[in-house]
Amino acid sequence: MAVLLTKKARVLVQGITGHQGTFHTRAMLDFGTKVVAGVTPGKGGTKVEGVPVFDGVREAVLRRKANASIIFVPAPFAKDAAIEAIEAGLKLVVVITERIPFHDCLDLVPYARSKGCAIIGPNCPGIITPGQSKMGIMPNHIFAPGDVGVISRSGTLTYEIVNAMTQAGFGQSTCIGIGGDPVIGTNTVEALAMFQKDRKTKRIVVVGEIGGTAEEEAAEFIKRHVTKPVVAYVAGRTAPPGKRMGHAGAIIQAGKGTAESKVRAFAEAGVPVADYPADIAKLLAAT
Amino acid sequence: MKFLEYKAKEIFARYDIPVPRGVVASRPDNIADPPLPCMVKAQVLVGGRGKAGGIRPASSLDEARVVGGEILGMEIHGYRVRQVYLEERLDIEKELYLSLAIDRSAREALLMASALGGLEIESVPRDEMYMEHVPAMIGLQPYVLRAILRKLGLPKEIGEQVAAIVRRAYDLFRKEDAELVEINPLVVTRDGRVVAGDAKLIVDDNAEYRHPDYAALDQDRTRLEEEAHDKGITFIQLDGDIGVIANGAGLTMATLDVLNLKGGKGGAFLDLGGTDDPEKVKQAFEILLKARPSVILLNIFGGITKADTVALGVKQALQEMGEKVPVVARIKGVNEDAAKQILRDIGTHPAETIEEAAELAVKVRAGGT
Repeated sequence: MAVLLTKKARVLVQGITGHQGTFHTRAMLDFGTKVVAGVTPGKGGTKVEGVPVFDGVREAVLRRKANASIIFVPAPFAKDAAIEAIEAGLKLVVVITERIPFHDCLDLVPYARSKGCAIIGPNCPGIITPGQSKMGIMPNHIFAPGDVGVISRSGTLTYEIVNAMTQAGFGQSTCIGIGGDPVIGTNTVEALAMFQKDRKTKRIVVVGEIGGTAEEEAAEFIKRHVTKPVVAYVAGRTAPPGKRMGHAGAIIQAGKGTAESKVRAFAEAGVPVADYPADIAKLLAAT
Repeated sequence: MKFLEYKAKEIFARYDIPVPRGVVASRPDNIADPPLPCMVKAQVLVGGRGKAGGIRPASSLDEARVVGGEILGMEIHGYRVRQVYLEERLDIEKELYLSLAIDRSAREALLMASALGGLEIESVPRDEMYMEHVPAMIGLQPYVLRAILRKLGLPKEIGEQVAAIVRRAYDLFRKEDAELVEINPLVVTRDGRVVAGDAKLIVDDNAEYRHPDYAALDQDRTRLEEEAHDKGITFIQLDGDIGVIANGAGLTMATLDVLNLKGGKGGAFLDLGGTDDPEKVKQAFEILLKARPSVILLNIFGGITKADTVALGVKQALQEMGEKVPVVARIKGVNEDAAKQILRDIGTHPAETIEEAAELAVKVRAGGT
C-alpha cells in the first residue's frame, strides 16, 4: 500500500510539449511511472519521449485510460487545465505550476473536492511512492522504498531531508509535496489522516514552514487522531514578519504564522522538532 | 501588492464604495485645496500610524500645510512618510468594522463584520464579531447580509447602505484578486451616510499579470528588492550581513535558520529557484553583491540542477565583477565534483553540509581563514 499514488496510476502530462513537461516526462518514465499520454492543445497526434500527445484531456482518457494527471502548464492557464482534468473524471491531479493566482485556487480546490478529486499543490514538487510511481519533479535517486510517510510544504528542503533519511536507512512509503501556496489542495491534516490509515506507513515526517496555521492544525490533529510517531521540521525561524519568504504562503501576518507558534504546537502534541534539517533522520532513529 | 490608503480608496470608489473627499500631496507647498476641516493622514504601508502621530486634524489651509509638513518626512515604524492624504473630516456617529480575507485553512473567503470599528481587530471580542465563510463557487448569499445587519443592530436605512457596501467589497475582493479588503472604521456619519473611513487593500502578487497597472504601485520593497523583482529574482534584504543564496524557498529559509544557530546573521535571502543557467546565477550574484554582504553563503541542493553549471555562473559573476567578497559554497547535485573543483580554483570555500557551510561562513566573516 501507499498513499494516493501506486503503480496502478496511468499518468497524463498536461503541458507535455513544454520544456519542463518534456524533461520531467523523461525523468518520470525513468523512475518507472506509467506515463500513458500527454496533452497540449494544438499538438495532438505528435509524440514526446514516445508518449502520444492529445489535444484534450477527455480524448487522452478515452484512448489511453489515463487516471491521474500532472500539470505543467503556465499559471494563467493552470486552473483551466485542472478543471478539464476533473471534468474528465480524474481523481488525482498534481499541479506543479507556481504563481497561480490565489483566487483561481479558491475556485479550483473546493470544486475538486466536490467532485471527489484530490489535488496536490499547486507550487509543489509532486508526489512519489518509491518503488512504484512518481508524479513530480523530484530527483529520482534520493528516494528509497520504506515505511516513512513524508509531508512537506517545500521542494528542495524536502530533497535535503529525504536524502539524509535515505542515507540513514529510512526509506519512504509515500512523499507528498503539498506546496508552498496559501490555498492548496491536499493539506497537512488530510495527508496526516491518509498516512495514519496507510498500513505501509509506520512513521511520519512533517516539514512545515512559517505562514498560516497548517502546522498548528496538524499538531491538534496528531493529538487526537494519529497514533504513529511523527517528527517535524519548521523552516523560517529567523524570517522577519511581513515578508514573503519566497513561497507565497510563507509570510507572518498580524503576528500569525510564526515558527515559534508552530514549534510550540508540535511540542505540545509530543512531536519532536529538529533544529537542523539533517536531524530528522536522528529523530526518526529515536522513535 | 499593498496599497496606500489613498490608492485603495481610488479603487474602492471604482466599485461605488463611498469614500471621503480627499487630496494627496508629497510636499507641503503642493497642498492647494484640501476639503476643510480635514484630517491629515500619513500614507505608509504599516498600521498604528494614528498612535504614532501620523493622523492629525487641520482647520485651515495654512494649518494643513504646517501639519502636512510635520507629518511628511516622519518615520513610522521604519517607514518614511512620503505622501500625506488630506481628507474631509467626518462627523462620526458610529464606527463599524468590515473585512474580507482568504482563509487558508478553509480555502474560502472569510467575511468579518463588527459594530466595534476603529479598534485594532485583535482587541475586538470574538462574540462581537460576525464571521462567515463565502465559498468562491457560490458567492455572497443574501442570508449573510441579513445576518450582518442583525448582528450589528443597524437601523434600516443604514443597514441597506452597509449591505450594499458588503456586496461591492466582495465584488472588489474577487475581481481585483485581493488577499485582503479591510475597512476599519466603516463610518456612519451623523447625517446618515456610511463611508469608508480607512481602506486597506492587498492584491495577490501572483495575479499581477491580470492587473498590470498595479505593478508599479508596490512601495513595500527596498530599491534593491525592486530591481531583483523586475529581473524575476526572489530577493529579500534582512538585518544581518551574510548574504544567503540557495535554491528553493524552504531551503533558503532553512539555510538562514542554520546560519543563525551557528552564530551568524543573514543579510539577504535570495532564492535561486530551479535554475542552473549560468547567466541567471550571475544576475543573482550581482543583486546579492549590491547588498554589500561580508560573506556569501551559497547552498544548492540540486537533484536535477547541474552543480557544475551553477559553479560556472558563480565563477563568471565573481570574475566579471572583480569582487573580493569571500564565498562559502555547498553544492550538491549532478557533477558535484567538477563543481567543487571550479569553486576551489576561484578561491571559494567549499563545504559538504549546510551546518559545515554555515560554520565556515561565520568563521570566514570573523577573519578565521
